[in-house]
Amino acid sequence: MLNQLTIAELTAKLAKREVSAREATQACLDQIARVDGQIHAFLSFNSADALVQAAAADKEIASGMTLTQKPLLGIPIAIKDVLAVKNQPLNCASKILGNYISPYDATAIEKLKAAGAIVFGRLNMDEFAMGSSTENSAFGLTCNPWDVTRIPGGSSGGSAAAVAADECFASLGTDTGGSIRQPAALCGCVGLKPTYGRISRYGLVAFASSLDQIGPFTKDVRDSATLLGVMSGMDKRDSTSVPEPVPNYAAALDGNIKGLKLGLPKEYMVGGLDPEIKAAVDAAVKQYEKLGAEIVEISLPHTDYAVAVYYIIATAEASANLARFDGIRYGARVDGNDPIELYSKTRGAGFGPEVKRRIILGTYVLSSGYYDAYYLRAQKVRTLIRNDFLKAFETVDAIVTPTTPTAAFKAGEKSGDPLQMYLSDIFTISCNLAGICGVSIPCGFTQNPKLPIGLQLLGKPFGEETMLKLAHAYEQSTAWHKEKPSLKF
Amino acid sequence: MEYEAVIGLETHVQLNTKSKMWCGCANQYGSEPNTNVCPVCLGLPGVLPVPNDEALRKTVLTGYLLNCEIPRFAKFDRKSYFYPDMPKNYQLTQYDKPSTANGFVEFEFNGAGSVNGLARVRITRAHLEEDVGKSTHFDRHSGLDFNRAGVPLMEIVSEPDITSADMAYAYLNALTEILHQGGVSDCDMEKGMVRCDVNISVRPIGTKELGAKIEIKNMNSFSGVRRAAEYEIARQIEVVKCGEKLIQSTRRWDDAAGITEQMRTKEDAHDYRYFPDPDLMPLAPSDAWLAEVKTNVIELPLARKQRFIRDYQLPAGDGEVFKSNVALGNYFEGIAKQSKNPKAMANWIINNLSAKLAEGSSRRESAQTEEFESSQSGLTPAATGMTLADLKFKPEALLELVALVEAKTISNSAAQQVFAEMFESGKAPAIIVQEKGLAQVSDTGAIEKFCDDAIAANPAPVADYKAGKVAALNSLKGQVMKLSKGKANPALVGQILERKLKA
Amino acid sequence: MTSAGINVKYVAHLARLALTPEEETKLAAQLGNILGYIEKLRELDVTGVEPTAHAVPMVNITRADEVRESLSHEAALRNAPRQANGLFIVPKIVD
Repeated sequence: MLNQLTIAELTAKLAKREVSAREATQACLDQIARVDGQIHAFLSFNSADALVQAAAADKEIASGMTLTQKPLLGIPIAIKDVLAVKNQPLNCASKILGNYISPYDATAIEKLKAAGAIVFGRLNMDEFAMGSSTENSAFGLTCNPWDVTRIPGGSSGGSAAAVAADECFASLGTDTGGSIRQPAALCGCVGLKPTYGRISRYGLVAFASSLDQIGPFTKDVRDSATLLGVMSGMDKRDSTSVPEPVPNYAAALDGNIKGLKLGLPKEYMVGGLDPEIKAAVDAAVKQYEKLGAEIVEISLPHTDYAVAVYYIIATAEASANLARFDGIRYGARVDGNDPIELYSKTRGAGFGPEVKRRIILGTYVLSSGYYDAYYLRAQKVRTLIRNDFLKAFETVDAIVTPTTPTAAFKAGEKSGDPLQMYLSDIFTISCNLAGICGVSIPCGFTQNPKLPIGLQLLGKPFGEETMLKLAHAYEQSTAWHKEKPSLKF
Repeated sequence: MEYEAVIGLETHVQLNTKSKMWCGCANQYGSEPNTNVCPVCLGLPGVLPVPNDEALRKTVLTGYLLNCEIPRFAKFDRKSYFYPDMPKNYQLTQYDKPSTANGFVEFEFNGAGSVNGLARVRITRAHLEEDVGKSTHFDRHSGLDFNRAGVPLMEIVSEPDITSADMAYAYLNALTEILHQGGVSDCDMEKGMVRCDVNISVRPIGTKELGAKIEIKNMNSFSGVRRAAEYEIARQIEVVKCGEKLIQSTRRWDDAAGITEQMRTKEDAHDYRYFPDPDLMPLAPSDAWLAEVKTNVIELPLARKQRFIRDYQLPAGDGEVFKSNVALGNYFEGIAKQSKNPKAMANWIINNLSAKLAEGSSRRESAQTEEFESSQSGLTPAATGMTLADLKFKPEALLELVALVEAKTISNSAAQQVFAEMFESGKAPAIIVQEKGLAQVSDTGAIEKFCDDAIAANPAPVADYKAGKVAALNSLKGQVMKLSKGKANPALVGQILERKLKA
Repeated sequence: MTSAGINVKYVAHLARLALTPEEETKLAAQLGNILGYIEKLRELDVTGVEPTAHAVPMVNITRADEVRESLSHEAALRNAPRQANGLFIVPKIVD
């Protein structure tokens, strides 16, 4: 089926005029109609607008526009509800934004559009990107396409599920503590978090400013490299974006990984890790050796402190970033007799419990008398964590770990204890603290039920080329990425 | 027990950049509400700030103007509090690593605390932050305009070195003069470009410990600051004399009622939860960058005044005029150096030139108003002030004019006529004198003849004078001037008349 | 409700978040738990360690002082919950 193709495959067919952008878009819309009633990846989408974009793409293809000029021409890509798309709703899966329509495009969106992509849809997520299961959405659950009683992961649950269920050719998500990589692992697709500063954050509703990054969900590593190349680059509107040149990421995927060194952190393969996941990762490591990579045991000694550091820094930054949601200039206002009452009521009614929890925690750790003990200390431990990685990268080219300690759990299973939920981010969180890049690729399945297992690769700062080369080599030597959920509900 | 006041001022000054601090919206006063706004300064979801390079330069320039140190590392922090005029509900500011620190302002002041007619107030820091929106209040609602939100704002904090309301007033005027002349801000009070928080405490004279600090917020006139300070100092002294305690608090000045009122106490004070802003990179000014900023440092107004007085032997009043009016001062200095009589130059410039310029300005204004009103073009007339650049005569012409007077070639009153003509036509003084025949008659023979004629024709004043009325000489002098058609050298006339009458 | 760790009511006021008494109690317990976990950071000796203010160390990232197009007045007010005379309207601000 047309909607089951990868971007590379669809692009080839479009170029040969075997199919049209309109047909590809319609295929996605048909799939959404077929399955999204059950999966609920999409909060909304505008079919008419998507088809108008498709028609424009077809016109350009007909007039000779090439891939070199527009690498994503005619490709329908869906967007996590946390990114600004001009004249589309922007809710961050929260009630507080009400009927807000964004008057501008995020830079990453501008780049997708300039590359010819058909940008459509608002994908479900944990409210304000706070969560690991998409259960914190104010607009209902998203189901894992492999087992609809289970969560797809979070916070970019809708983005992962939509790609896994072939409702779009790729999607955008965001990753602050693992919110791309973890859902990619749980849904069996490829999820990439670039190095901090690689992709502009202008237009990404900020959760934790020093940790957030936008990244693609795709069906394979090649597509991921394509999207990374389109979106990367310094942006004058984002002071934190880095003027590092953008290489041709897809060209690096030559399959030759002989002699590359893969680090295996001893702190990661410990208790709490599901035995099936451990087995799958062990097998993947052996596969890497077969392909010519050298496996090196490394140590990341401050691993155990990452979750604590994260929940101080991320919540502190978030408490300030979310202060603007106050019902004054936009959003769903709940009136009061004076502005203070208006603020409290609007925010009390508009934010969900996880968001409130993190705002309170973040406000507390920054408050008078606690700054040194919490925030300052956490930033110092963050340096130690970053130094662990920089030191490891002196001896290895990339690091390999499981993406998650368990496969997708059942909806409601972990939502009772916030701390337990936080601890499940243990493998992905350090990557954001250190500012390095990471990707999750499929590496197997659990038995009974059959649920995807993800393998995580972590790369040096701006080391996406090597990291993707390693990811691609493994992927191409296995068939995991070709498996699709049955979608029989 | 006698008490003394301890005053510190925090002055907020809008920088005169073209665009706002974090975005490219125009930094412009008076636009229709919410027309100079964009996603960034409205605090829409997803936006990021990028600092205005010119604002950074003007802040460091201010540091140089205020004799500050320029730290080689500075950063921005978030200051969190909720208020409707705050688009992000945190203000981007510089908390513990400001762009400038440890300077001072020196200014003329005669009062307690001054030494040799000067006072010095130390500056703790001048740092960079952003302005907030403007609110208008109605019956049961308030309206917000975010045009001003994000305008670069410099906060200048003084040490508590100010000891009286008068000194506060002098300090504020001196500070804004420096900033305005320095090219950092237009300091237009009417447009809200300068606002002030006044911190006042009192203590027994001779003690070192500071009393409870009470803050009067958001003053926007310097005379208001003086009135409020006078009132508050007296109020605080009264309170402690009654044996009551003052608590750290914030008050509001009610100018109409002439009193301060409590707004909030220390307990209600904000917890600003400062932390380094993660969206903005730190500032590490390089030697080259600092050197370039330094080339824009002007001569400070006070130093300039003192120099004019010293180098050109001018009285303080003249020095003051040239201090406040930089253009006029530069004009003066341009020719004064070549003049043997700088004081005379100064007189012409201050008395005559200024008056002519003012007259020229108002003539232009009326003409333009008429034209504007009749054209109904709907366009706003451009500034019509007449400036030195509009002068038709070269500066050297003034030198020439003064030389003619000193050589007694023309009289003072003739010189006035020549100047007026110079102004209208731009012709050189010598030419005007010739064309209008204004050369003064100093030929004693001719004057003798005029005097003889006047004495003959006016027996009454002659008799009066001889009878002892010295003043009658003036009337005779007048007659001689008339006969000579104003050209006789008045001093010589007087001398010759007196000689003849006494004979 | 306060616990030994956090005065949730006070912090909620700082954050302008209206909470029900049930929410306050629940949050106090959950946050107490989380703060207890976070205590492990005290195990580490951080003497001489610089805090990571930014993941990528850069300095002097600025923009030129140029005026760019603003949002149209209509676009600026489009999402306003309440507006009048071109202004965003709120309940009266009284200091």
